[in-house]
Amino acid sequence: MLSRVAESLFWMGRQVERAENIARIVDVNSQLLLDLPRPESERIARNWLPVVACLGDETAFRERYKKADAGAVTEFLLFDRTHANSIVGSLAAARENARTVREQISPEMWEQINRTYLWLMSKGARQFFERNAYDFFQRVKKSLQLFQGITDSVMMHGVGWEFLQMGRHLERADKTSRLLDDEFFLVRKENSPGGGALVQWQAILRASNARQSYQRIHAAVVDPMKVADLLLLHDEFPRSVEFCVRAVDEALRRLSGVAPGRFSNCAEKLSGRLLSELSFSSIEEIWARGLHEVMDELQLKLNELGAAILEVYMHPSTTPTAVAAAGSATASLPQVPQ
Amino acid sequence: MPATKPVKAGRPKRATAAAPGPFAGYELDGFFDEVFSAPGVVRPAYRKLVQRLNRMSPAQLNERRQMADVSFLNQGITFTVYNDNQGTERIFPFDLVPRIIPAAEWAHIEAGLVQRITALNLFLHDLYHQQNILRDGVIPRHFIDEAKHFRKEFMGFNVPRNIYIHICGTDLVRDGDGTYLVLEDNARSPSGVSYLLENRSTLKRVFPHVFEAYGVRPVEHYTEELLNLLKYIAPHAKPNPTVAVLTPGIHNSAYFEHSFLARQMGVEIVEGRDLIVQDDHVFMRTTRGLQPVDVVYRRIDDDFLDPLVFRPDSLLGVPGIVNAYRAGNISLANSIGTGVADDKVMYYFVPHMIKYYLDQDPILPNVPTYLASEPTDLKYIMDHLPELVVKAANEAGGYGMLVGPHATKTEVEKFRKLIKADPRNYIAQPTLALSRHPCFFDDHFEGRHIDLRPYILYGEKISIIPGGLTRVALRKGSLVVNSSQGGGSKDTWVLEGEE
Repeated sequence: MLSRVAESLFWMGRQVERAENIARIVDVNSQLLLDLPRPESERIARNWLPVVACLGDETAFRERYKKADAGAVTEFLLFDRTHANSIVGSLAAARENARTVREQISPEMWEQINRTYLWLMSKGARQFFERNAYDFFQRVKKSLQLFQGITDSVMMHGVGWEFLQMGRHLERADKTSRLLDDEFFLVRKENSPGGGALVQWQAILRASNARQSYQRIHAAVVDPMKVADLLLLHDEFPRSVEFCVRAVDEALRRLSGVAPGRFSNCAEKLSGRLLSELSFSSIEEIWARGLHEVMDELQLKLNELGAAILEVYMHPSTTPTAVAAAGSATASLPQVPQ
Repeated sequence: MPATKPVKAGRPKRATAAAPGPFAGYELDGFFDEVFSAPGVVRPAYRKLVQRLNRMSPAQLNERRQMADVSFLNQGITFTVYNDNQGTERIFPFDLVPRIIPAAEWAHIEAGLVQRITALNLFLHDLYHQQNILRDGVIPRHFIDEAKHFRKEFMGFNVPRNIYIHICGTDLVRDGDGTYLVLEDNARSPSGVSYLLENRSTLKRVFPHVFEAYGVRPVEHYTEELLNLLKYIAPHAKPNPTVAVLTPGIHNSAYFEHSFLARQMGVEIVEGRDLIVQDDHVFMRTTRGLQPVDVVYRRIDDDFLDPLVFRPDSLLGVPGIVNAYRAGNISLANSIGTGVADDKVMYYFVPHMIKYYLDQDPILPNVPTYLASEPTDLKYIMDHLPELVVKAANEAGGYGMLVGPHATKTEVEKFRKLIKADPRNYIAQPTLALSRHPCFFDDHFEGRHIDLRPYILYGEKISIIPGGLTRVALRKGSLVVNSSQGGGSKDTWVLEGEE
């Protein structure tokens, strides 16, 4: 597969996942206003900045808007085309990537992403949002989940698929870690575990599509540490950081054919190391160190891993002469089984 | 709406005035009309179609049109409107009513095109080798010396299988009495074939019953034939060569087509930066390292192909690819240097080439053409400028063109100066009364001028996809069919029989 094409698929995976995550986060934040007691809900309605900060886009937001009220933040996160990480911005980029790799993806995948984008760009979509935000978010999420479903059932699960899935899982791990970062989003250190804080932990569960999974494991009682355990370390919950890192690690190994416990390039080294760290950690240790610090470190490692994948497969620093040409076996690059 | 009675052969059915259908008030305005041979008299090939259309209400027709539009939009068969930061995208206008070509008419066109491409290839081979046609004075040498796209670096070079123009789009028009004339040859990288294929697949969905009622020759095998051709020209007749489509990139207006063709052929679509040349061999950068490439269907003009040989500022091309081509390690379609054949001055000489190389008379005549570089022609051009169509010799896409009867005085005078300054670069032709075809507008049909671009593939054999892309000048009265100038397109049906 062309390196450029692999890169487009990788980013497309990230961008679609990103759009879906933003939809879920903004949706949950709007609903939270209904669940919280009065003074708290008013505080949040006036200040949506934690949502923006949680996504790491505070600077971009401040360049464009003065007040961080609900209107400005939803505009920024949903419809602002100038903001690459808005839903519309992510989907515009995902669609451009899809367009450059149309020969690699199925026509159904292209049509789904194209249709979703065209709808979001229409006047009707905005009116729909203003009339009924809840249904709007449902529709955005469903459209993107449909894309994932189509992808799963019609795209060849070959090299291109691996890059798409690596992008998707890296993005997902990143967003989960951000939701858990207690410096941001809604959970504040100063919050004693009173009623308001618990509502916020519930919100985090909802924003990660994890409420039902949590209830099945721990029944209805929301315990912050157990929430963090599920979202970070559970090996069956598909949005947990460990689950996502394992998915990336396995994809890298399918690409290179190198067994777990060994590595043939820096991406495998980083993914294997991070996976071991997560596998051999307990939530009590993490809690003791402080969620913010651990999440900060985690995001850094995820970034390094993403950069390493690009480095190994898309921008190899090896000079062309050193790279496998015409099937010679001198490659420093791994050979991908077809 | 009253149902139309079945038409009996030999008794033309009145379709206008009498019937209050969508053709009510349809005017021929004295032009050759593809559907009506006289007011209300439907040509045999169109009878079944007109019957069907007459049975439909404007609302039904509009519904079909929306179906078609939505289908184009969802598939991303669109172009971006520049200077619009909302990222608005428009579809290429598609007219519902197909153009129908009966079998015998097509046989005539096909024979003419085969003859023409054969002569053009012989001409290019001769031009890049012995140059007999210049030596014998059939074409004055100075025209070649001054031709912008003549690549003298390739004199004496042997192209794979001796084929220069592998993919050609030749534009045809019909004049006032319905005679097919050749308007121009596109021997570099003609575009539009993807629209032809998408038009067909859309029309089959929108008008399944009408389509079924006719025996229409299929077009779907085009990409297969194209792939066969590209494999056929592989270096050293290599079996199972690796083929790639080279595109300038996603911002090119024809990107959809490049991607479409690569997808349909199941080959990689590459940009210049995806390719690298080592020791005169071309490779793609892949996740497995470098993979060799044997044949490139390039949709980049000669000028931008290789910054080491042609324009050094080109970022689209592949440094070193021309040397790899010279070394015979990569094949290019079309070959380098074919642009000289679609120079509009060379066009003037194509009938002479047919006579010279094949000793035949042209089956499809040229449009009468005046060369501004010839004193007698120049005088005629200058005396009749407001009546003529003037074209720059090396422009495409409807640019660099004057349509005298539709131009303002200022425009005419501007061209008068341009021609005087550089006569070699201009030709003039009489303004043709191009044939018209009904197109659907809101609730009725109106005639619009059309042309036809058949696509010719020259590989192991010459094959022409039945029909071609029918382009329509959708602006009322306009003669310019290019999509950049407000043109649209129609599906084109070549029938197995006559009706």
